[in-house]
Amino acid sequence: METELNHMREYYEGGYTKEASWREAQLKGLRSFIIEKQEDIMNALLQDLGKHQVEAFRDEIGTLMKTLNLALKNLKKWMSAKKAELPKIALLTSAEIVPEPFGLVLIISSWNFPFGLSLEPVIGAVAAGNTVVLKPSELSPACSSVLASGLATYLDHKAIKVIQGGPQETQQLLHQRWDKIFFTGSAHVGRIVMSAAVNHLTPVTLELGGKCPAVVDSLSSSWDIEVAVKRIAVGKFGTCAGQACIAIDYVIVEKEYCSKLVELLKVWIKKMFGENPKHTKTISRIVNKHHFFRLKNLLADAKVNESVVYGGSMDEQDLFIEPTILVDPPLEASIMTEEIFGPLLPIITVGKIEDSIKFLRSRPKPLALYVFTKSQTLQRRILSETSSGSLTFNDAILQYAADTLPFGGVGESGFGMYHGKFSFDTFSHHKAIVRRSFLTDFWYRYPPWTLNKLQLLEVSYNYDYLGLLLVVLGLKKPSNRRHF
Amino acid sequence: MSKCYKNSKSRISPRHLSHKYPSLYIRLRRLLLSLIMAANDSGETTSKKEAFDAEACSLLVRKLKETFASGKTRSYVWRVSQLEALAKIFDDNQPQIVDALRDDLAKPPLETVVYEVAMLRNSCKVALKELKHWMTPEKVKTSMTTFPSSAEIVSEPFGVVLIISAWNYPFLLSLDPVIGAIAAGNAVVLKPSEIAPATSSLLAKLLGDYMDNSSIRVVEGAVDETSTLLQQKWDKIFYTGNGRVGRVVMAAAAKHLTPVVLELGGKCPVVVDSNINLKVAARRIIAGKWGCNNGQACISPDHIITTKEYAPKLVDTLKTELEKFYGKNPLESKDLSRIVNSNHFNRLSKLLDDDKVSGKIVYGGEKDESKLRISPTILLDVPQDSLIMSEEIFGPLLPILTVDKLEESIDVINSGSKPLAAYIFTTNKKLKEQFVRTVSAGGLVVNDTTLHLAVHTLPFGGVGESGVGSYHGKFSFDAFSHKKAVLYRSFIGDASVRYPPYTNTKLRLLKALIGGSLLGIIRALFGFS
Repeated sequence: METELNHMREYYEGGYTKEASWREAQLKGLRSFIIEKQEDIMNALLQDLGKHQVEAFRDEIGTLMKTLNLALKNLKKWMSAKKAELPKIALLTSAEIVPEPFGLVLIISSWNFPFGLSLEPVIGAVAAGNTVVLKPSELSPACSSVLASGLATYLDHKAIKVIQGGPQETQQLLHQRWDKIFFTGSAHVGRIVMSAAVNHLTPVTLELGGKCPAVVDSLSSSWDIEVAVKRIAVGKFGTCAGQACIAIDYVIVEKEYCSKLVELLKVWIKKMFGENPKHTKTISRIVNKHHFFRLKNLLADAKVNESVVYGGSMDEQDLFIEPTILVDPPLEASIMTEEIFGPLLPIITVGKIEDSIKFLRSRPKPLALYVFTKSQTLQRRILSETSSGSLTFNDAILQYAADTLPFGGVGESGFGMYHGKFSFDTFSHHKAIVRRSFLTDFWYRYPPWTLNKLQLLEVSYNYDYLGLLLVVLGLKKPSNRRHF
Repeated sequence: MSKCYKNSKSRISPRHLSHKYPSLYIRLRRLLLSLIMAANDSGETTSKKEAFDAEACSLLVRKLKETFASGKTRSYVWRVSQLEALAKIFDDNQPQIVDALRDDLAKPPLETVVYEVAMLRNSCKVALKELKHWMTPEKVKTSMTTFPSSAEIVSEPFGVVLIISAWNYPFLLSLDPVIGAIAAGNAVVLKPSEIAPATSSLLAKLLGDYMDNSSIRVVEGAVDETSTLLQQKWDKIFYTGNGRVGRVVMAAAAKHLTPVVLELGGKCPVVVDSNINLKVAARRIIAGKWGCNNGQACISPDHIITTKEYAPKLVDTLKTELEKFYGKNPLESKDLSRIVNSNHFNRLSKLLDDDKVSGKIVYGGEKDESKLRISPTILLDVPQDSLIMSEEIFGPLLPILTVDKLEESIDVINSGSKPLAAYIFTTNKKLKEQFVRTVSAGGLVVNDTTLHLAVHTLPFGGVGESGVGSYHGKFSFDAFSHKKAVLYRSFIGDASVRYPPYTNTKLRLLKALIGGSLLGIIRALFGFS
């Protein structure tokens, strides 16, 4: 492995990846891969996760195409140096910020959106001119191998490699020297990744998870609540069966409104996923037995089981879990303390919707917070009194597709961000450059030090041009300087 | 104690002692201070210092978290009041600051006033001027994919942040990040370096007197106290120092998934070409090297790379200019800082005593252990495997490496770890551009040294071994802020294409929507794609 990486470094030192033409070629290569191999991609997603092809397009393929088009369109602009403003006293001096690639980067991706979460960072890394090693998740093996063969065929294999494997291969990779590590996954592994990065002081971006709550206000208009329910249903069950870092984890609603919400949810779950969701194949499967049993165990507790008001059926053979709703399970139960990552939706009731703010503040900061309300007051309060990676009003998941918004966590949900230009920036070192001329040299920069020089320096630092003139003309009295 | 300072005529005054026998003075002062503290029975501060264990630390962090949770530090009014209080510290206490730095480093007053106080004042000024603008959410455009919607990026404070500072610019490197942290609305714990004890205690006193103690605190101490602090869960850690401790900080942060900024160091090279204004270049190199705390600065020129042919000329000009700056006896010059302590003095002496560089000293090389002084020293033609070329020098020794062709210098630089700064003096456009394009460092300066530190519109930070993250100006505000993405959607305009049951029509429409082309959408709606 080390030899392979050394070769990649040598290739990077050769400067090829810095050229705009190389970067464009890679991005175009990725675009061709997604267009030409779309069927393979969709089949792999179906195989690994039972993901419906429309869901696959909506959440992974479509968003990747959008990102690629954006990157290709803006690459030159992103790569260009930005001039930095200088004070007038800096005559014949120029300053700019130039983005440069870090070098060799490691991208570790996750199994739930294997294409999206692998390639979105790769797009950023490649646009920024880095050489890349991608380690897709072994829990989605079909997708992993489509990625491996696809990238080897469509991209410059000397600079972009896919290394498949499990925890052992990941550990081996983490022992190597990287110039940047981008990790998507759980907080537990996130800590391992960051600790490994310490050895070489490697900068990291950690895209983790958390329990993403949806606060639902008591909406009066029936149109509004129907739209809200649709968006909640799709934001939970329609997004890889709830196995997404930004999927709605649980809902908070006023006690009085709860039954209305539950009824509407039941109606819309049936409309969207059919009377028999297992057969309509509109809902993804659980990724493997380990997670299946983990989810099953969440409902094992008697009190939790009692709180189930809809669904609950599971099929181990098919790794299928029906969309399930719970109302007020005990807050100490695992289902309310761990990230669910599955199609179980607890609804927590509060007296007044404003009480949800206190509830949210007492818990770790999530990757996303969703609030369904028309009240500007509530919107303003939640915006300023809670913290989360992102905050979306009256919808869910959609913020993932907004290129102009940074996508990343805070606190337990991670740090760093990407998407759009933020991807490019996350994989770039922003180098500061100052160019000076020999012609303008201020004599008072140099010792031996005198009071006069001190005065001149002080006014210069204050950009006090009038003061400068006065001192030079000998017209400004020095302030008390007993230490001179 | 302060009364003693006025009588500068007395030969045995503390001020006289501190200049002539710094190491002795420091030891005596510490002894006296500890005796005073032991005898002091109103010892609230004393007992706090002695008992800063894990419990005291937890309590401190808890209190700060409570203050932060109350929302106090988020208001514009609070942030402005604290920044103004900081500015007042600089305005009212300049003599004390100069004295403290003189005690700790024999730093010439001008260096203190200009490089520490003036820079901080400027930082405060910029922050006060721009704060409203920085705090305003940034509206961003939204595309067809999320239509109809509006979006903005809101800067939020992280919460309670830890700032660990260094000893060489103890005021600047403590308070510059504090300015950023406050501007961003955080509560702060500052841990100044114990290697600059006078400044550390002055900072504790001044911040205690002028700032809001419920949200900004100073914890003094050394390794033990730092370790205790690092065990806590911080919302952000900002560290200035060396790579070894930087790793300790990052490892501690990893346990709590705390984001960090590490401002480290490196061997900052200076490439010197032949066709230049040598006098001006030499002056700028000297100002950046010995004029910056006597070479004890993270962006000080560490070593020079020039051609074999040009080296003698460069050495001569450096010698001439050095004499103009510091006189014939630079060891005695008041315009040079001393070496901070005997540890570093011994470390630097070892570099000079290395066999591989014997006979290479062409200027200086004088040492005075009792005063912790080493004169500006130039070494010529040092081998690349000598001790002096294997670690960051951080002192008044300037080795010159010679190459045959100047283009080789870029390979020499790139073969080492990425430094915090790199400098080149040349009028050759091609070489200039090659240098800028291929040398990777935190920052680069062409035809000068260290200046980029003062430009607040440039990010100041390292890459690779020289660090992670950056600050200064708005970059400070950003370093201490979480950029929260906020998307506003309404209930009107609900595109059912997103929802199951999934159909081919929906797939076609989705393709068109995500593609963002209006024509595509129309075609899909009419079933033409």
